Amino acid sequence: MVQAGSKKTQVPKLSSKTGISSLIIFVVLLLAWIVGFSSRLFAVIRFESIIHEFDPWFNYRATAYMVKHGFYNFLNWFDERAWYPLGRIVGGTVYPGLMLTSGSIHYFLHLLHINVHIRDICVFLAPVFSGLTAISTYFLTKELWSAGAGLFAACFIAIVPGYISRSVAGSYDNEGIAIFALQFTYFLWIKSVKTGSVFWAITAALSYFYMVSAWGGYVFIINLIPLHVFVLLLMGRFSNRLFTSYTTFYIIGLICSMQIPFVGFQPIRTSEHMAASGVFVLLFAVGALKYLQSMLSKSEFKSVVIYGGLIAAALVFLTVVLLTYAGYIAPWSGRFYSLWDTGYAKIHIPIIASVSEHQPTTWFSFFFDLHILAATFPAGLWYCIKNVNDERVFVILYSISAVYFAGVMVRLMLTLTPVVCILSGIAFSGLLELFLREDDNVRPEEQEDEDQNTPNKRQLYDKAGAGGRLPKIKHDQSKESDGIGQNIRSIVTIVIMLLLMLFAVHCTWVTGNAYSSPSIVLASYGSDGSRQILDDFREAYFWLSQNTADDARVMSWWDYGYQIAGMANRTTLVDNNTWNNSHIALVGKAMSSNETAAYDIMTALDVDYVLVIFGGVIGYSGDDINKFLWMVRIAEGEHPKDIRESDYFTEHGEFRVDAEGSPTLLNSLMYKLSYYRFGELKLDYRTPAGYDRTRNAVIGNKDFSLTYLEEAYTTEHWLVRVYKVKKPDEFNRPRIPVANRVIKSPNFISKKSNKRKKGTIKNKPVVVKGKRLSKNQ
Amino acid sequence: MAQISTVISRFYNDYSVKTPKKLKLIDAYLTYILITGVVQFIYCCLVGTFPFNSFLSGFISCVSCFVLGVCLRLQVNPENKHQFAGISPERGFADFIFAHVVLHLVVMNFIG
Repeated sequence: MVQAGSKKTQVPKLSSKTGISSLIIFVVLLLAWIVGFSSRLFAVIRFESIIHEFDPWFNYRATAYMVKHGFYNFLNWFDERAWYPLGRIVGGTVYPGLMLTSGSIHYFLHLLHINVHIRDICVFLAPVFSGLTAISTYFLTKELWSAGAGLFAACFIAIVPGYISRSVAGSYDNEGIAIFALQFTYFLWIKSVKTGSVFWAITAALSYFYMVSAWGGYVFIINLIPLHVFVLLLMGRFSNRLFTSYTTFYIIGLICSMQIPFVGFQPIRTSEHMAASGVFVLLFAVGALKYLQSMLSKSEFKSVVIYGGLIAAALVFLTVVLLTYAGYIAPWSGRFYSLWDTGYAKIHIPIIASVSEHQPTTWFSFFFDLHILAATFPAGLWYCIKNVNDERVFVILYSISAVYFAGVMVRLMLTLTPVVCILSGIAFSGLLELFLREDDNVRPEEQEDEDQNTPNKRQLYDKAGAGGRLPKIKHDQSKESDGIGQNIRSIVTIVIMLLLMLFAVHCTWVTGNAYSSPSIVLASYGSDGSRQILDDFREAYFWLSQNTADDARVMSWWDYGYQIAGMANRTTLVDNNTWNNSHIALVGKAMSSNETAAYDIMTALDVDYVLVIFGGVIGYSGDDINKFLWMVRIAEGEHPKDIRESDYFTEHGEFRVDAEGSPTLLNSLMYKLSYYRFGELKLDYRTPAGYDRTRNAVIGNKDFSLTYLEEAYTTEHWLVRVYKVKKPDEFNRPRIPVANRVIKSPNFISKKSNKRKKGTIKNKPVVVKGKRLSKNQ
Repeated sequence: MAQISTVISRFYNDYSVKTPKKLKLIDAYLTYILITGVVQFIYCCLVGTFPFNSFLSGFISCVSCFVLGVCLRLQVNPENKHQFAGISPERGFADFIFAHVVLHLVVMNFIG
């Protein structure tokens, strides 16, 4: 902020000062970009250039499809390899912004004859966009406060773990580009509110369009901006600038957002978007009233308002009632209910609650993701509230709503992170401004000419800082008259520097250790510190792609659907696009019933292979047995007669896999598939055979064989196990009681012979009367 | 009621005297758009909204033309000069054209 302040202070010496400060700004932003980019490369360096996790695999597959077949074919793509037997209309159920972005980068690079594989573009897209995020955060903060605060904010967002968690190299997901779009839209919005220019409002709407095409989180924008306008109206800060910027932004943004096939007519049909149109109408009403007020006298105005108000209220009421009756306005969707009522998902939609990133945030993760920023951003918020103006109202609302949402869902930590960076930037900038300013005046060798007119300079300086910071100036002056000692100054500065350094160290550490594992390639460390790569997932998927029929259907829990489709290129029943709850429940039911019942479901669904993830050998905790209760819950939601969650607990309400576990659990398909032949396996000398390292127990059901399935493949560390479902003529049929057996008579009688012979039995023991049957016959 | 009618007549007189000619031109344009929008609305009530995207694009383009016209009027109005510092009428008009280019590109895409 020192540079930024000086940028505007020296009007006569504009050229050199502007030059230096813009050089500094440029260098800092460039460094932020480089640092942000390189700190996201841990995963590539430690493992390889590979797509991570689950959803990115689908995005990658879709991008590769688009690059290969063209954009229009992508929009019309019907994917028959997903959701067997239903299929999925991909073009209409996807936010295409991510694929379009990387697809167009690929196109341009190839136009320049730089032949980069699309996978590498996908892997490095998020790190590159993090630099753009840093730059747009800089601009946003500059509009809100000052350029110095902007530089701080840009540096913070480049390395803050809360954002890195979603944008490391290889994590090719919507959020990677959406945060950039979010920040950029907010910047343009603030700009348009400040100037009232239609041009900026249009650019804001276009940026909003990009955001809509990229991420479902656009709903946050379309609710936050109307909220900003509404609060400004309540505060009596209506201005024609606000009117022009909001109305233009809203109407252009509305029609733009409807261009995305997945969004469709939602912006005028669903309740999530209704606030925006309500504020639009309200703004028009207020604008009309203001206009009338300027034209009419007070008493006249009053009577007009009374009549007009009554008529308008009646009209609005009637339309809302009519629309709700006609069913035009859809009620809120489940995910949004779960934002208000945190218990909602758990009761009504287990599939939303089952995703770990939809759980409420723990205190720990606030510190883990934000570190020192979590403590400093309230200070920035306080600065903003203290010196409030139109655009700072926005950042106040942004932070408050984001804090709330981040508390509700771990995943929404991502929307909190940018505003925390902005406000912390403001806080640090404010602090350093206070404690470093004297240095400017004291340091004679650098600024000799400025020393002469110190008071003058300070005045200009403050003016440049942010406009309305009068209270703090007084504060400063009183402090200066007291005289902040040189020691205090240096101590505070050093402490701040230390904090920032600790923050940087923490960010690097978190990025390196927590957020940089691809999760399809695991690493384990031996006792001597050597690193072992566990590549079981890719081993299994590769096996599937090489050894199964091209149209083979693989059943697995939905987490692995995208990976199977992306890596093994086989048909899946359910995947991470959890749009059909009953289909998932059917798979969950198959997994949680016993083998016979499961076989009926599996034949009904034409399943050829079943894939389960089993971590008991290496102690991998994210395996299917640990997810098993969610399968049971989801299945119970749809089939309450067949599956009951309580059956899977012991009498004491425990979920145990050892001998004391409930028999329903020990005979369920998932249990059997996970622990098949595991009872024979002795992992090391200290533990008994069949010792599950993940759950630290000896399994309860050791000796069993599979009737309807056979083991097809088990990976090196038993992490992925693939089973083949037998055809009805293949399996060893279960034993039928003797009484029920129907035995064909061995000598076949042709129906063609019209003469019926009496049947004879071969080797029939001849009974000679009076003799005993010999024993050895 | 009588009060209202006097108010309206005074309002009309004030308007015709005080408002500059340029703004009256814009007001005429706005009235025309308003009528177009109302006609479209009546049409959709009578006939139905079957190609919903076509109806929406027509109606929304009407509304946005109206919005943009109002914005232009606000920016051009000399009384609001202090509120729109740095936006001359020419700049306002250029913005207006730019917005229309964007708007109609989108509308053409949407109308189907």
